[in-house]
Amino acid sequence: MRVETAARPTVESPVQAAPVDTRLASLRAIYIIWYRDVLRYWRDRWRLVASLAQPLLFLVVFGSGLSSSLGGAFGRGSGLTYIQFMYPGIIGMSILFSAIFGAMSIVWDREFGFLKEVLVAPIDRWAVAIGKALGGTTQAMIQGLILLVLAPLIGVKLSVLTIVELVPLAAVLAFGLASFGVAIASMMKSLQGFQVVMNFLMMPMFFLSGALFPLTNLPGWMTVLTRLDPASYGIDPIRRVVLANSGLAHVDSLGLTINGQVLPVPLEAGIMLAFGAVLLGVAVVMFQRRD
Amino acid sequence: MERVAGAVIEAEGLVKKYGDLTAVAGIDLEVRPGEIFGFLGPNGAGKSTTISMLCTLLTPTAGVARVAGIDVMHDPAAVRQRIGLVFQDPSLDDQLTARENLEFHAFIYSVPAPDRRRRIDEMLAMMQLSDRASSQVKTFSGGMKRRLEIARGMLHQPQILFLDEPTLGLDPQTRKSIWTHLNELRTKRGVTIFMTTHYMDEAEYCDRIAIIDHGKIVALDTPDELKAKVGGDVVTITSQDPDEAAREIQTLLGVTPARDNGALRMEVKDGRAFVPRLVRELTAPVDTVSLRRPSLDDVFLKLTGRAIREEEVSARDRNRAMASRWMAGRRR
Ligand SMILES: Nc1ncnc2c1ncn2[C@@H]1O[C@H](COP(=O)(O)OP(=O)(O)O)[C@@H](O)[C@H]1O
Ligand SMILES: [Mg+2]
Repeated sequence: MRVETAARPTVESPVQAAPVDTRLASLRAIYIIWYRDVLRYWRDRWRLVASLAQPLLFLVVFGSGLSSSLGGAFGRGSGLTYIQFMYPGIIGMSILFSAIFGAMSIVWDREFGFLKEVLVAPIDRWAVAIGKALGGTTQAMIQGLILLVLAPLIGVKLSVLTIVELVPLAAVLAFGLASFGVAIASMMKSLQGFQVVMNFLMMPMFFLSGALFPLTNLPGWMTVLTRLDPASYGIDPIRRVVLANSGLAHVDSLGLTINGQVLPVPLEAGIMLAFGAVLLGVAVVMFQRRD
Repeated sequence: MERVAGAVIEAEGLVKKYGDLTAVAGIDLEVRPGEIFGFLGPNGAGKSTTISMLCTLLTPTAGVARVAGIDVMHDPAAVRQRIGLVFQDPSLDDQLTARENLEFHAFIYSVPAPDRRRRIDEMLAMMQLSDRASSQVKTFSGGMKRRLEIARGMLHQPQILFLDEPTLGLDPQTRKSIWTHLNELRTKRGVTIFMTTHYMDEAEYCDRIAIIDHGKIVALDTPDELKAKVGGDVVTITSQDPDEAAREIQTLLGVTPARDNGALRMEVKDGRAFVPRLVRELTAPVDTVSLRRPSLDDVFLKLTGRAIREEEVSARDRNRAMASRWMAGRRR
């Protein structure tokens, strides 16, 4: 027996089979991993419909209830009702939840073995993380933007320009949170673990994001927490775009400020994008660990 | 061990330790091109661990392995491009159709675009799944899923196909059909097949078998050669007084019987001459006598002193297979 082989003989491969460009293969892999996620999402129409129930419930119950009890007091005479204020926040909520739950498919794939098929393929592991993040981004974008059909009911006027501006903003928020979800999922071995972690992170993220109430005049500690919540930087620009173009005044004053300064939309989007990039980096590192 | 010219799989002193536990304790083997090589052993023997090291999924603690002439530590991606894999546990996406599963594989294994469709159709036809190509995999039986996994493993035209317990949890008829397909692959595609099993009867289909126990190869040869090692025939008798029968067999016939679940079991040179003598000479009551050619079970028993407990093993595996099917059913 040669268990403790002293020197590992370095063998050059005698077979020079068709060389495969790993870089190119990885790009193809990103595409097909993304495509599979979108295909599964599209096929699961029931989920598509069911996932509309939650935002609708929020809008009907919270929106209508608080709109009438707050009355005109809410918008400081801006003419903004609570339900109008909340509507873009609910679009953000829908993106937030779907992006993070979309990442759960990684944990499912691990549980049911399909992840193995992906991880043993002769591709770079970063392709898996990116493909998954893009798949989650796409689903979350659709889940969020689909709520635009409710705009007439809420009394929010949309223009073509609004929608053109909204698509990249929704994409940025979706990307940031999908990367966050993929990073968490890459560390989780079980579904229960993922669900526990998500509930401890996702719900506070949602509540502190400014989706449900303006981030102004809050107690000091809460101001700090809301500014630390990455979702705030994704939801605020969506609100400003959705509401500003419909002729409702004072929207910016309800939004995200740092030291009293209103942040420009591109900066907010940049912060969100950077958050997504960092977490995607974390996910890539996690996927590259072997064994 | 003699060197085999042009071996497609070579392992030297392969070891895998999990902390204190030595799962694989130094394995040497060489697999020839175009052969069906079986890795036979009870649950926990180290079969999956060995196959995982050969497929670059696990890093060996010590030793060297070359697959398709490439060191598995040196260039894992190159090895993976040249091998097909069928895992012990299911790894299909059962929300997708059979064809979609294969398309996914063709993409991540860089099957050239012009060949994709043709190869997928060919493999579906070969595995007799053409008519179900557009059905979601969740509607497939266990045997169909296995066939689809084999089709998938062959899609990028690997030199070697690794299968870890490909027939686990399948009924005997389905197991047989899987074997027919594997044989066809070998003859039509010239692919080398390395597979593990704990079903003794299946190992007979292999060209050569390595019997593994506690992480070590205890024998490696063709099934016939292995059986020849048992020596002659196997005679089994049952008796109401096995102690007395055993003593008489020992003293009158000069054979030491082994106890096997209350029966007495002995290996003799010429079974057909031995049985009449046994019946004539024994005074202890004999209930049944059976005579058969040695099987691989006998080989394993002789080499390790234990029988592979088929019932326990398969009950456990069946439970696991059921559990995963149940989970898959709940999948959303
Ligand atoms: N990841 C692991 N960590 C610790 N022990 C393991 C691990 N995988 C396998 N083992 C142990 O290694 C031994 C061999 O396992 P395995 O190769 O799966 O056997 P087989 O496939 O022959 O049933 C068993 O004792 C098993 O419990
Ligand atoms: Mg195993």
